[in-house]
Amino acid sequence: MSVKTSFKIRGVEFKNRVFVASGTFGYGDELKELVDVNQLGGLMTKSLSWKPRDGNPPRRVVETASGMLNSIGLANIGVHQFIEKKLPYLRSLDTAIIVNIAASSIQEYCDLIAELEKHKGIAAYEVNVSCPNVKEGGLSFGTNCDLTAEITAKLRKLTERPLIIKLTPNVTHIAEFARAVEQAGADAVSVINTLIGMAVDIRSRKPKLSTVTGGLSGPAIKPIALAKVYEVAQVVKIPIFGIGGIATWEDAVEFLLVGATAIQVGTMNFVTPSISPSIVDGVRLYCEQQGVNDIQELVGGLDADVKFSILQSWL
Amino acid sequence: MRSQYNIPIVDRTQVSRELFIVRFESSQLAAETRAGQFLNIRALDGAWGPLLRRPFSVSSIKNDTLSLLFNIVGTGTRILASRRVGDTLDVLGPLGKPFGVLGDYDSAILVGGGVGVAPFPLLTKELVRIGKSVTTLLGSRNREMIFSEGLQNVQLATDDGSVGMRGNVIKLLEQFLQKSELHHPKIFGCGPTPMLRALSELAQRMNLPCELSLEGDMACGVGICQGCPVERTGGERRYALTCIEGPSFDCREVKL
Repeated sequence: MSVKTSFKIRGVEFKNRVFVASGTFGYGDELKELVDVNQLGGLMTKSLSWKPRDGNPPRRVVETASGMLNSIGLANIGVHQFIEKKLPYLRSLDTAIIVNIAASSIQEYCDLIAELEKHKGIAAYEVNVSCPNVKEGGLSFGTNCDLTAEITAKLRKLTERPLIIKLTPNVTHIAEFARAVEQAGADAVSVINTLIGMAVDIRSRKPKLSTVTGGLSGPAIKPIALAKVYEVAQVVKIPIFGIGGIATWEDAVEFLLVGATAIQVGTMNFVTPSISPSIVDGVRLYCEQQGVNDIQELVGGLDADVKFSILQSWL
Repeated sequence: MRSQYNIPIVDRTQVSRELFIVRFESSQLAAETRAGQFLNIRALDGAWGPLLRRPFSVSSIKNDTLSLLFNIVGTGTRILASRRVGDTLDVLGPLGKPFGVLGDYDSAILVGGGVGVAPFPLLTKELVRIGKSVTTLLGSRNREMIFSEGLQNVQLATDDGSVGMRGNVIKLLEQFLQKSELHHPKIFGCGPTPMLRALSELAQRMNLPCELSLEGDMACGVGICQGCPVERTGGERRYALTCIEGPSFDCREVKL
Protein backbone atom coordinates (compact mmCIF):
# COMPACT_ATOMS: atom_id res chain seq x y z
CA MET A 1 0.00 0.00 0.00
CA SER A 2 1.38 3.39 -0.79
CA VAL A 3 0.63 6.14 1.65
CA LYS A 4 0.22 9.70 0.41
CA THR A 5 2.60 11.79 2.47
CA SER A 6 2.78 15.02 0.48
CA PHE A 7 0.90 18.23 1.16
CA LYS A 8 0.74 21.75 -0.17
CA ILE A 9 1.02 25.20 1.32
CA ARG A 10 0.14 28.13 -0.97
CA GLY A 11 0.59 25.87 -3.97
CA VAL A 12 4.06 24.66 -2.94
CA GLU A 13 4.27 20.92 -2.55
CA PHE A 14 6.25 19.27 0.26
CA LYS A 15 6.95 15.59 -0.14
CA ASN A 16 6.32 14.56 3.44
CA ARG A 17 5.46 15.84 6.87
CA VAL A 18 8.84 15.66 8.59
CA PHE A 19 11.05 18.75 8.69
CA VAL A 20 14.11 19.73 10.68
CA ALA A 21 13.74 22.77 12.93
CA SER A 22 15.69 25.96 12.47
CA GLY A 23 18.97 26.04 14.36
CA THR A 24 19.19 22.28 14.69
CA PHE A 25 20.46 21.49 11.23
CA GLY A 26 22.74 24.39 10.36
CA TYR A 27 22.68 25.22 6.68
CA GLY A 28 22.28 21.62 5.56
CA ASP A 29 25.87 20.93 4.54
CA GLU A 30 27.32 20.13 7.96
CA LEU A 31 25.76 16.71 8.43
CA LYS A 32 26.05 15.37 4.90
CA GLU A 33 27.64 12.04 5.81
CA LEU A 34 25.43 11.44 8.86
CA VAL A 35 21.96 11.92 7.44
CA ASP A 36 20.22 11.89 4.09
CA VAL A 37 18.28 15.15 4.06
CA ASN A 38 16.63 14.22 0.79
CA GLN A 39 14.38 11.92 2.81
CA LEU A 40 12.84 14.92 4.54
CA GLY A 41 9.87 17.09 3.73
CA GLY A 42 12.06 20.11 4.16
CA LEU A 43 14.83 21.84 6.03
CA MET A 44 14.43 25.01 8.06
CA THR A 45 17.74 26.87 7.92
CA LYS A 46 19.41 28.43 10.90
CA SER A 47 17.89 31.88 11.52
CA LEU A 48 19.43 34.50 9.28
CA SER A 49 19.83 38.14 10.15
CA TRP A 50 20.90 40.95 7.80
CA LYS A 51 24.44 41.09 9.15
CA PRO A 52 26.45 38.16 10.56
CA ARG A 53 26.00 37.74 14.30
CA ASP A 54 28.65 36.42 16.70
CA GLY A 55 26.09 35.20 19.18
CA ASN A 56 26.17 35.26 22.97
CA PRO A 57 29.22 34.61 25.14
CA PRO A 58 29.58 31.13 26.64
CA ARG A 59 28.03 29.32 28.38
CA ARG A 60 25.39 28.81 25.71
CA VAL A 61 23.99 25.34 26.36
CA VAL A 62 22.98 23.54 29.53
CA GLU A 63 21.38 20.16 29.79
CA THR A 64 18.32 19.91 32.03
CA ALA A 65 15.96 17.03 32.77
CA SER A 66 15.07 15.51 29.36
CA GLY A 67 15.89 18.79 27.71
CA MET A 68 18.35 21.55 27.10
CA LEU A 69 18.53 25.26 27.61
CA ASN A 70 20.19 27.33 24.94
CA SER A 71 21.23 30.89 24.61
CA ILE A 72 23.00 30.93 21.27
CA GLY A 73 22.04 34.51 20.50
CA LEU A 74 21.23 33.80 16.85
CA ALA A 75 24.84 33.33 15.86
CA ASN A 76 24.67 33.17 12.07
CA ILE A 77 26.58 34.06 8.92
CA GLY A 78 24.16 36.75 7.74
CA VAL A 79 21.95 36.72 4.68
CA HIS A 80 24.57 37.73 2.12
CA GLN A 81 27.04 34.98 2.99
CA PHE A 82 24.13 32.57 3.13
CA ILE A 83 23.12 33.44 -0.41
CA GLU A 84 26.67 33.25 -1.68
CA LYS A 85 28.01 30.23 0.20
CA LYS A 86 25.12 28.09 1.40
CA LEU A 87 22.20 28.52 -0.96
CA PRO A 88 23.88 26.94 -4.02
CA TYR A 89 24.37 23.68 -2.10
CA LEU A 90 20.92 23.80 -0.52
CA ARG A 91 19.39 24.36 -3.96
CA SER A 92 21.00 21.13 -5.18
CA LEU A 93 19.15 19.08 -2.57
CA ASP A 94 16.00 17.16 -3.31
CA THR A 95 14.15 18.62 -0.35
CA ALA A 96 12.36 21.90 0.30
CA ILE A 97 14.48 24.72 1.68
CA ILE A 98 12.66 26.96 4.12
CA VAL A 99 14.72 29.98 5.00
CA ASN A 100 14.26 31.13 8.58
CA ILE A 101 14.75 34.85 9.22
CA ALA A 102 15.27 36.79 12.44
CA ALA A 103 15.55 40.54 12.89
CA SER A 104 15.70 43.30 15.45
CA SER A 105 13.42 45.71 13.57
CA ILE A 106 10.45 45.41 11.23
CA GLN A 107 12.53 47.07 8.53
CA GLU A 108 15.21 44.36 8.89
CA TYR A 109 12.59 41.64 8.44
CA CYS A 110 11.43 43.38 5.26
CA ASP A 111 14.98 43.86 3.97
CA LEU A 112 15.71 40.17 4.52
CA ILE A 113 12.69 39.02 2.52
CA ALA A 114 13.34 41.58 -0.22
CA GLU A 115 16.91 40.30 -0.56
CA LEU A 116 15.96 36.61 -0.51
CA GLU A 117 13.20 37.20 -3.07
CA LYS A 118 15.92 37.83 -5.67
CA HIS A 119 17.08 34.23 -5.44
CA LYS A 120 15.81 30.89 -6.63
CA GLY A 121 15.68 27.65 -4.70
CA ILE A 122 13.77 28.86 -1.65
CA ALA A 123 10.49 27.02 -1.06
CA ALA A 124 9.17 29.14 1.78
CA TYR A 125 10.04 31.50 4.60
CA GLU A 126 9.76 30.87 8.29
CA VAL A 127 9.78 33.99 10.43
CA ASN A 128 11.33 33.86 13.89
CA VAL A 129 9.51 36.53 15.88
CA SER A 130 11.15 35.56 19.19
CA CYS A 131 13.84 38.18 18.77
CA PRO A 132 14.43 41.27 20.86
CA ASN A 133 12.83 44.34 19.32
CA VAL A 134 15.52 46.99 19.62
CA LYS A 135 13.00 49.84 19.33
CA GLU A 136 10.89 48.54 22.20
CA GLY A 137 13.78 48.07 24.61
CA GLY A 138 14.52 44.50 23.70
CA LEU A 139 11.11 42.97 24.33
CA SER A 140 10.41 40.12 21.99
CA PHE A 141 8.26 40.97 18.95
CA GLY A 142 6.58 37.64 19.34
CA THR A 143 5.02 38.48 22.70
CA ASN A 144 3.16 41.45 21.21
CA CYS A 145 0.20 40.33 19.13
CA ASP A 146 -0.16 43.58 17.16
CA LEU A 147 3.54 43.68 16.26
CA THR A 148 3.53 40.02 15.22
CA ALA A 149 0.55 40.69 12.95
CA GLU A 150 2.19 43.85 11.59
CA ILE A 151 5.36 41.97 10.65
CA THR A 152 3.25 39.31 8.95
CA ALA A 153 1.19 41.85 6.98
CA LYS A 154 4.30 43.73 5.83
CA LEU A 155 6.10 40.60 4.72
CA ARG A 156 2.98 39.29 3.01
CA LYS A 157 3.16 42.23 0.61
CA LEU A 158 6.74 41.35 -0.32
CA THR A 159 6.42 37.73 -1.32
CA GLU A 160 4.25 35.14 -2.98
CA ARG A 161 6.23 32.36 -1.32
CA PRO A 162 4.61 30.60 1.62
CA LEU A 163 5.04 32.60 4.80
CA ILE A 164 5.27 30.59 8.01
CA ILE A 165 5.25 32.44 11.31
CA LYS A 166 7.05 30.65 14.16
CA LEU A 167 5.17 31.45 17.35
CA THR A 168 6.57 31.73 20.84
CA PRO A 169 4.78 29.90 23.67
CA ASN A 170 5.85 32.57 26.14
CA VAL A 171 2.49 34.35 25.93
CA THR A 172 -0.83 33.92 27.70
CA HIS A 173 -2.87 32.66 24.75
CA ILE A 174 -0.86 31.48 21.79
CA ALA A 175 -4.06 30.91 19.83
CA GLU A 176 -4.68 34.67 19.71
CA PHE A 177 -1.34 35.12 18.02
CA ALA A 178 -2.07 32.33 15.57
CA ARG A 179 -5.41 33.88 14.64
CA ALA A 180 -3.82 37.32 14.28
CA VAL A 181 -1.13 36.16 11.87
CA GLU A 182 -3.65 34.10 9.90
CA GLN A 183 -5.73 37.22 9.41
CA ALA A 184 -2.59 39.17 8.48
CA GLY A 185 -1.88 36.77 5.64
CA ALA A 186 0.34 34.01 7.06
CA ASP A 187 0.13 30.69 5.20
CA ALA A 188 1.12 28.55 8.19
CA VAL A 189 2.37 28.74 11.76
CA SER A 190 5.15 26.87 13.54
CA VAL A 191 4.15 25.97 17.10
CA ILE A 192 6.21 26.22 19.34
CA ASN A 193 9.52 28.00 19.69
CA THR A 194 11.45 27.36 22.93
CA LEU A 195 10.08 28.09 26.39
CA ILE A 196 11.97 30.52 28.57
CA GLY A 197 13.83 28.69 31.29
CA MET A 198 16.90 28.90 33.50
CA ALA A 199 19.32 26.84 35.56
CA VAL A 200 21.52 27.82 38.50
CA ASP A 201 24.97 26.66 39.57
CA ILE A 202 24.52 26.35 43.32
CA ARG A 203 28.25 26.36 44.08
CA SER A 204 29.02 29.67 42.38
CA ARG A 205 25.41 30.88 42.87
CA LYS A 206 25.52 32.07 39.30
CA PRO A 207 23.13 31.34 36.45
CA LYS A 208 24.46 28.54 34.27
CA LEU A 209 23.76 30.47 31.06
CA SER A 210 25.67 33.67 30.36
CA THR A 211 22.38 35.39 29.57
CA VAL A 212 20.71 34.12 32.79
CA THR A 213 17.65 32.76 30.98
CA GLY A 214 17.47 30.81 27.74
CA GLY A 215 15.21 28.68 25.60
CA LEU A 216 14.14 25.26 26.82
CA SER A 217 13.74 22.50 24.24
CA GLY A 218 13.81 18.72 23.99
CA PRO A 219 11.47 15.95 25.15
CA ALA A 220 10.82 17.86 28.39
CA ILE A 221 8.58 20.31 26.51
CA LYS A 222 6.63 17.86 24.36
CA PRO A 223 3.44 17.78 26.47
CA ILE A 224 3.38 21.58 26.51
CA ALA A 225 3.96 21.77 22.76
CA LEU A 226 1.18 19.27 22.09
CA ALA A 227 -1.25 21.33 24.13
CA LYS A 228 -0.21 24.50 22.30
CA VAL A 229 -0.68 22.89 18.90
CA TYR A 230 -4.08 21.60 20.02
CA GLU A 231 -5.02 25.07 21.23
CA VAL A 232 -3.96 26.72 17.97
CA ALA A 233 -5.67 24.04 15.88
CA GLN A 234 -9.01 24.99 17.45
CA VAL A 235 -8.89 28.50 16.03
CA VAL A 236 -6.99 28.57 12.71
CA LYS A 237 -7.50 26.94 9.33
CA ILE A 238 -3.93 27.39 8.09
CA PRO A 239 -1.50 24.47 8.51
CA ILE A 240 0.47 24.11 11.72
CA PHE A 241 4.03 22.84 11.95
CA GLY A 242 4.14 21.07 15.30
CA ILE A 243 7.47 21.42 17.14
CA GLY A 244 8.61 20.55 20.62
CA GLY A 245 10.57 17.57 21.86
CA ILE A 246 9.77 15.19 19.05
CA ALA A 247 12.11 12.21 19.45
CA THR A 248 10.23 9.30 17.85
CA TRP A 249 7.74 8.63 15.09
CA GLU A 250 5.12 8.05 17.78
CA ASP A 251 5.69 11.60 18.99
CA ALA A 252 5.21 12.83 15.43
CA VAL A 253 1.88 10.98 15.13
CA GLU A 254 0.71 12.58 18.39
CA PHE A 255 1.36 16.01 16.92
CA LEU A 256 -0.49 15.15 13.72
CA LEU A 257 -3.47 13.89 15.70
CA VAL A 258 -3.79 17.07 17.75
CA GLY A 259 -3.82 19.14 14.60
CA ALA A 260 -0.35 19.60 13.13
CA THR A 261 -0.16 19.25 9.35
CA ALA A 262 3.57 18.59 9.59
CA ILE A 263 6.20 18.40 12.29
CA GLN A 264 9.72 19.64 12.90
CA VAL A 265 12.38 17.68 14.70
CA GLY A 266 14.63 19.96 16.74
CA THR A 267 16.88 19.13 19.66
CA MET A 268 16.99 15.42 18.84
CA ASN A 269 19.00 16.23 15.70
CA PHE A 270 21.84 17.09 18.10
CA VAL A 271 21.60 13.68 19.70
CA THR A 272 20.92 11.46 16.70
CA PRO A 273 21.41 13.28 13.39
CA SER A 274 19.71 10.47 11.45
CA ILE A 275 16.55 10.56 13.56
CA SER A 276 14.38 12.56 11.15
CA PRO A 277 14.48 10.09 8.23
CA SER A 278 13.64 7.31 10.71
CA ILE A 279 10.57 9.30 11.76
CA VAL A 280 9.49 9.57 8.10
CA ASP A 281 9.69 5.78 7.84
CA GLY A 282 7.96 5.19 11.16
CA VAL A 283 5.00 7.41 10.35
CA ARG A 284 4.60 5.75 6.95
CA LEU A 285 4.63 2.28 8.51
CA TYR A 286 2.09 3.36 11.12
CA CYS A 287 -0.20 4.58 8.34
CA GLU A 288 0.13 1.29 6.47
CA GLN A 289 -0.70 -0.66 9.60
CA GLN A 290 -3.63 1.59 10.44
CA GLY A 291 -5.00 1.55 6.89
CA VAL A 292 -4.40 5.26 6.46
CA ASN A 293 -4.09 6.17 2.76
CA ASP A 294 -3.22 9.80 3.18
CA ILE A 295 -1.45 11.25 6.20
CA GLN A 296 -3.85 14.17 5.98
CA GLU A 297 -6.47 11.84 7.46
CA LEU A 298 -4.49 11.87 10.72
CA VAL A 299 -4.30 15.65 10.95
CA GLY A 300 -6.60 16.75 13.76
CA GLY A 301 -7.86 13.19 14.06
CA LEU A 302 -7.83 13.28 17.84
CA ASP A 303 -10.76 11.35 19.29
CA ALA A 304 -11.39 13.56 22.29
CA ASP A 305 -14.39 12.95 24.48
CA VAL A 306 -14.70 16.50 25.60
CA LYS A 307 -14.48 18.98 22.75
CA PHE A 308 -13.98 22.10 24.73
CA SER A 309 -11.42 24.79 24.23
CA ILE A 310 -8.38 24.94 26.46
CA LEU A 311 -9.14 28.61 26.83
CA GLN A 312 -12.24 27.73 28.82
CA SER A 313 -10.93 24.80 30.84
CA TRP A 314 -10.34 24.78 34.59
CA LEU A 315 -6.84 23.76 35.53
CA MET B 1 34.51 9.70 8.14
CA ARG B 2 32.22 10.68 11.01
CA SER B 3 29.67 7.99 11.71
CA GLN B 4 27.33 6.84 14.42
CA TYR B 5 28.03 3.43 15.95
CA ASN B 6 26.44 1.18 18.53
CA ILE B 7 29.37 -0.60 20.13
CA PRO B 8 29.48 -3.07 23.01
CA ILE B 9 31.87 -2.45 25.89
CA VAL B 10 34.61 -5.10 26.05
CA ASP B 11 36.27 -3.93 29.25
CA ARG B 12 35.56 -1.63 32.13
CA THR B 13 38.20 -1.03 34.78
CA GLN B 14 38.46 1.21 37.77
CA VAL B 15 42.12 2.22 37.78
CA SER B 16 42.08 4.29 40.97
CA ARG B 17 39.59 5.69 43.45
CA GLU B 18 38.71 8.37 40.89
CA LEU B 19 39.59 7.08 37.44
CA PHE B 20 37.82 4.65 35.15
CA ILE B 21 38.62 3.11 31.80
CA VAL B 22 36.03 1.85 29.38
CA ARG B 23 37.15 -0.06 26.29
CA PHE B 24 35.33 -1.03 23.13
CA GLU B 25 36.24 -2.40 19.73
CA SER B 26 35.74 -0.71 16.39
CA SER B 27 38.12 -1.27 13.52
CA GLN B 28 36.78 1.80 11.75
CA LEU B 29 37.12 4.17 14.70
CA ALA B 30 40.50 2.65 15.59
CA ALA B 31 41.74 3.30 12.07
CA GLU B 32 40.33 6.80 11.75
CA THR B 33 40.75 8.44 15.16
CA ARG B 34 43.78 10.67 15.72
CA ALA B 35 45.11 11.95 19.02
CA GLY B 36 43.16 14.96 20.20
CA GLN B 37 39.95 14.01 18.46
CA PHE B 38 36.91 13.11 20.51
CA LEU B 39 33.90 10.86 20.50
CA ASN B 40 30.46 12.11 21.45
CA ILE B 41 28.92 9.34 23.50
CA ARG B 42 25.53 8.45 24.88
CA ALA B 43 26.05 5.83 27.55
CA LEU B 44 22.40 5.03 28.12
CA ASP B 45 19.56 5.18 25.65
CA GLY B 46 16.02 6.21 26.37
CA ALA B 47 14.28 8.38 28.86
CA TRP B 48 16.34 7.54 31.93
CA GLY B 49 19.74 8.69 30.80
CA PRO B 50 20.91 12.20 29.97
CA LEU B 51 19.52 13.56 26.74
CA LEU B 52 22.70 14.83 25.20
CA ARG B 53 25.91 13.03 24.32
CA ARG B 54 29.07 13.67 26.29
CA PRO B 55 32.40 14.36 24.58
CA PHE B 56 35.32 12.08 25.50
CA SER B 57 38.80 12.17 24.06
CA VAL B 58 40.20 8.85 22.97
CA SER B 59 42.89 7.87 25.41
CA SER B 60 44.54 5.02 23.61
CA ILE B 61 44.10 2.71 20.65
CA LYS B 62 45.50 -0.80 20.60
CA ASN B 63 44.70 -2.82 17.49
CA ASP B 64 40.93 -2.35 17.20
CA THR B 65 40.36 -1.45 20.86
CA LEU B 66 39.77 2.14 21.90
CA SER B 67 40.01 3.29 25.53
CA LEU B 68 38.32 6.17 27.29
CA LEU B 69 39.79 7.46 30.53
CA PHE B 70 37.47 9.51 32.72
CA ASN B 71 36.44 10.45 36.22
CA ILE B 72 32.93 10.93 37.52
CA VAL B 73 31.84 14.53 37.20
CA GLY B 74 28.09 14.20 36.75
CA THR B 75 25.23 11.97 35.73
CA GLY B 76 26.64 11.10 32.29
CA THR B 77 30.01 9.93 33.56
CA ARG B 78 28.39 8.17 36.54
CA ILE B 79 26.26 6.15 34.12
CA LEU B 80 29.23 5.41 31.88
CA ALA B 81 31.23 4.21 34.89
CA SER B 82 28.40 1.89 35.86
CA ARG B 83 28.03 0.26 32.45
CA ARG B 84 29.12 -3.35 32.15
CA VAL B 85 30.95 -5.45 29.62
CA GLY B 86 28.52 -6.23 26.83
CA ASP B 87 26.45 -3.06 27.32
CA THR B 88 26.20 -0.93 24.23
CA LEU B 89 27.47 2.61 23.80
CA ASP B 90 26.05 4.97 21.19
CA VAL B 91 29.17 6.59 19.75
CA LEU B 92 29.40 9.46 17.27
CA GLY B 93 32.84 10.17 15.87
CA PRO B 94 35.63 10.74 15.33
CA LEU B 95 34.99 14.45 15.85
CA GLY B 96 37.12 17.58 16.01
CA LYS B 97 40.60 18.25 14.76
CA PRO B 98 43.59 16.17 15.81
CA PHE B 99 46.57 17.65 17.66
CA GLY B 100 49.14 19.18 15.33
CA VAL B 101 51.82 16.54 15.87
CA LEU B 102 53.74 17.31 12.71
CA GLY B 103 55.88 20.39 12.58
CA ASP B 104 59.22 21.96 13.14
CA TYR B 105 60.03 20.95 16.70
CA ASP B 106 62.13 18.22 18.29
CA SER B 107 60.67 17.45 21.65
CA ALA B 108 57.13 17.48 22.92
CA ILE B 109 56.18 18.49 26.44
CA LEU B 110 52.81 17.14 27.42
CA VAL B 111 51.23 19.10 30.27
CA GLY B 112 48.14 17.61 31.83
CA GLY B 113 45.89 18.59 34.69
CA GLY B 114 43.74 15.95 36.36
CA VAL B 115 41.82 13.84 33.89
CA GLY B 116 43.23 16.12 31.18
CA VAL B 117 45.85 13.39 30.85
CA ALA B 118 43.24 11.39 28.93
CA PRO B 119 44.39 12.06 25.34
CA PHE B 120 48.11 11.76 26.13
CA PRO B 121 48.75 8.01 25.72
CA LEU B 122 47.48 8.13 22.13
CA LEU B 123 49.31 11.42 21.54
CA THR B 124 52.54 9.88 22.89
CA LYS B 125 52.19 6.94 20.53
CA GLU B 126 51.83 9.25 17.54
CA LEU B 127 54.71 11.49 18.63
CA VAL B 128 57.09 8.58 19.19
CA ARG B 129 56.16 7.12 15.81
CA ILE B 130 57.36 10.30 14.06
CA GLY B 131 60.53 10.48 16.13
CA LYS B 132 59.76 13.20 18.63
CA SER B 133 61.04 12.90 22.17
CA VAL B 134 58.30 13.18 24.78
CA THR B 135 58.24 14.47 28.34
CA THR B 136 55.03 14.36 30.34
CA LEU B 137 54.22 16.62 33.26
CA LEU B 138 51.09 15.80 35.19
CA GLY B 139 49.39 17.68 37.96
CA SER B 140 46.38 16.72 40.01
CA ARG B 141 44.69 17.04 43.39
CA ASN B 142 46.14 13.80 44.69
CA ARG B 143 47.56 10.43 43.64
CA GLU B 144 44.09 9.04 42.89
CA MET B 145 43.90 11.21 39.79
CA ILE B 146 47.27 10.17 38.39
CA PHE B 147 47.40 7.94 35.34
CA SER B 148 50.70 7.31 33.63
CA GLU B 149 50.26 4.18 31.50
CA GLY B 150 51.54 4.66 27.96
CA LEU B 151 53.29 7.90 28.83
CA GLN B 152 56.99 8.76 28.68
CA ASN B 153 59.36 10.56 31.06
CA VAL B 154 56.63 11.36 33.53
CA GLN B 155 57.03 13.98 36.25
CA LEU B 156 54.29 14.58 38.78
CA ALA B 157 52.90 17.35 40.92
CA THR B 158 50.02 17.01 43.36
CA ASP B 159 48.19 19.60 45.44
CA ASP B 160 48.55 17.49 48.57
CA GLY B 161 52.07 16.26 47.83
CA SER B 162 50.89 12.62 48.00
CA VAL B 163 53.10 11.89 45.01
CA GLY B 164 55.67 14.00 43.13
CA MET B 165 56.22 17.68 43.77
CA ARG B 166 53.77 19.48 46.04
CA GLY B 167 52.22 22.20 43.94
CA ASN B 168 50.70 22.68 40.55
CA VAL B 169 51.81 21.47 37.15
CA ILE B 170 52.60 24.96 35.88
CA LYS B 171 55.21 25.36 38.59
CA LEU B 172 56.54 21.93 37.66
CA LEU B 173 56.78 23.02 34.04
CA GLU B 174 58.62 26.23 34.96
CA GLN B 175 61.18 24.23 36.92
CA PHE B 176 61.48 21.70 34.13
CA LEU B 177 62.07 24.37 31.49
CA GLN B 178 64.78 25.98 33.64
CA LYS B 179 66.64 22.72 34.16
CA SER B 180 66.25 21.02 30.82
CA GLU B 181 68.04 21.91 27.64
CA LEU B 182 65.44 21.00 25.09
CA HIS B 183 65.85 22.14 21.55
CA HIS B 184 62.76 23.48 19.85
CA PRO B 185 60.16 22.12 22.24
CA LYS B 186 56.44 22.26 21.67
CA ILE B 187 53.90 22.11 24.48
CA PHE B 188 50.63 20.20 24.33
CA GLY B 189 48.24 21.03 27.17
CA CYS B 190 45.02 19.49 28.36
CA GLY B 191 43.21 20.11 31.62
CA PRO B 192 40.96 22.50 33.49
CA THR B 193 40.58 26.00 32.06
CA PRO B 194 42.45 27.87 34.85
CA MET B 195 45.44 25.56 34.30
CA LEU B 196 45.30 26.06 30.53
CA ARG B 197 45.11 29.83 31.02
CA ALA B 198 48.26 29.77 33.15
CA LEU B 199 49.93 27.45 30.65
CA SER B 200 49.05 29.75 27.78
CA GLU B 201 50.52 32.76 29.60
CA LEU B 202 53.73 30.88 30.39
CA ALA B 203 54.15 29.59 26.84
CA GLN B 204 53.58 33.01 25.33
CA ARG B 205 55.92 34.65 27.83
CA MET B 206 58.65 32.16 26.91
CA ASN B 207 57.72 32.24 23.24
CA LEU B 208 57.17 28.51 23.03
CA PRO B 209 54.72 26.93 20.61
CA CYS B 210 51.81 25.55 22.57
CA GLU B 211 48.61 23.79 21.68
CA LEU B 212 45.74 23.58 24.14
CA SER B 213 43.01 20.99 24.08
CA LEU B 214 39.85 22.66 25.37
CA GLU B 215 36.63 21.27 26.61
CA GLY B 216 33.37 23.10 26.22
CA ASP B 217 29.77 22.41 27.03
CA MET B 218 28.36 21.22 23.77
CA ALA B 219 25.25 19.57 22.48
CA CYS B 220 25.91 18.19 19.01
CA GLY B 221 29.71 18.05 18.65
CA VAL B 222 29.44 18.59 14.91
CA GLY B 223 29.14 22.36 14.56
CA ILE B 224 25.39 22.63 14.31
CA CYS B 225 24.18 23.82 17.69
CA GLN B 226 26.74 26.66 18.08
CA GLY B 227 26.81 25.80 21.76
CA CYS B 228 30.58 25.62 22.38
CA PRO B 229 32.14 28.97 21.49
CA VAL B 230 35.62 29.96 22.59
CA GLU B 231 36.66 33.58 22.25
CA ARG B 232 39.30 34.25 19.61
CA THR B 233 42.11 36.74 20.07
CA GLY B 234 41.71 38.29 16.66
CA GLY B 235 40.25 37.96 13.22
CA GLU B 236 36.83 38.70 11.83
CA ARG B 237 34.80 36.33 13.93
CA ARG B 238 34.60 36.78 17.67
CA TYR B 239 34.20 33.09 18.51
CA ALA B 240 35.49 29.75 17.27
CA LEU B 241 33.56 26.55 17.88
CA THR B 242 35.41 24.11 20.13
CA CYS B 243 33.83 21.07 18.48
CA ILE B 244 34.85 21.62 14.86
CA GLU B 245 37.58 24.27 14.94
CA GLY B 246 39.14 22.59 17.99
CA PRO B 247 39.19 21.03 20.45
CA SER B 248 42.87 21.93 20.28
CA PHE B 249 43.95 25.46 19.48
CA ASP B 250 47.22 27.33 19.22
CA CYS B 251 47.40 29.11 22.59
CA ARG B 252 47.82 32.46 20.84
CA GLU B 253 44.51 32.09 19.04
CA VAL B 254 42.15 31.84 21.97
CA LYS B 255 41.24 33.87 25.05
CA LEU B 256 40.58 31.64 28.01
